[in-house]
Amino acid sequence: MTTTSDTAAETARTGQDPDLAAHLLRLGDDALVLGQRLCQWITRAPTIEEDLALSNIALDLVGHARTLYTRAGGLDGTGRTEDDYAFARADREFTNALVTELPNGDFAVTVARQLVYTHYAVLYYRALADGPDPDLAGFGARAATEVAFHRRHADDWTRRLGLGTPESARRMQAGLDRVWPYTAELFEEDDLVSRLAAAGTVPGPASVRPSWEREVGEVVAGAGLTVPAPRWQARGGRDGLHLEEFGVLVAELQSVRRQFPGGTW
Amino acid sequence: MSSTPTGTEREGAPASWEVFLRPRRGLSHQHMGSVRADDADMALGRARDLYVRRGDPLSLWVVRSDAVHAVSPAERDPYFGNARHKPYRYPEQYAPLTGPDERGSDGDHDQ
Repeated sequence: MTTTSDTAAETARTGQDPDLAAHLLRLGDDALVLGQRLCQWITRAPTIEEDLALSNIALDLVGHARTLYTRAGGLDGTGRTEDDYAFARADREFTNALVTELPNGDFAVTVARQLVYTHYAVLYYRALADGPDPDLAGFGARAATEVAFHRRHADDWTRRLGLGTPESARRMQAGLDRVWPYTAELFEEDDLVSRLAAAGTVPGPASVRPSWEREVGEVVAGAGLTVPAPRWQARGGRDGLHLEEFGVLVAELQSVRRQFPGGTW
Repeated sequence: MSSTPTGTEREGAPASWEVFLRPRRGLSHQHMGSVRADDADMALGRARDLYVRRGDPLSLWVVRSDAVHAVSPAERDPYFGNARHKPYRYPEQYAPLTGPDERGSDGDHDQ
């Protein structure tokens, strides 16, 4: 393990920082995988307006992944492109948090997943915007603004379903219960993130957890629902260990590239 | 006159809302189209998704479609016919009360 000052010197000399590259890859994988999941709602959402809302959100997320992948390719010394990361990696090489790959479930499960992710992402991207790296700070500021609109969508639907009918409230609570064991992983700080946070390169995700808990707690309470207190927490996504359904998601994501390698249009 | 310009309403369907957008380089809001939504907040969100994804507008309005009152097509002639072929009724035919007394003798009435 290199020390902080060694890493900083290495970055200054070569423009490379494998730790930061790995971290940005995780954030990019979160965005791409969640975007891919949301795309699976197209033609299946409750209304055509909701089809559009979810696919607009997905497009924004894919945009975030592109920026993060491109930066990671410069930082890890491989020179890989955004397409290389998205289409030429095996499922075990993706390091998204498991919550982003959770199957869509019913609409309430998707809303619960959006609630969890959007509040986390706005807080973390805003923290990135205050960081020392100007490119990353610019990305954080822009992405936080976009996710703030996604957050509004998630907050609205959480309240609508929670305060709607007994059946919609039951489903929304079930959605929260389904998603909650997967939330802790978003704030996990392993050795890699701890090194980056100690060096001041990026904020530690755990630093935004108190704000996240307060914010989502307010939305959930305002929807007449209960914040779940799960007795277990999922982890493994950051190490490339995924849910069973993830293989199908990656296969679909990469299918065109496999059929037409190098194709352009 | 009709109070529901959108015509037939499906039972239980969300209300229809008319969307108005003011572009950055425009002086007034323009009618963009309509969305369906259960309330104004949802209508604004959906209008944004449908009509504001590109461009950089200044302002977005939604108005319930049933708040728009329209002239029935059957009454089009009584309402609008009187302006046809009567260019002298256009305000530009009148000389301003102040300022130079003369107008161009060609009177650029109907376009």
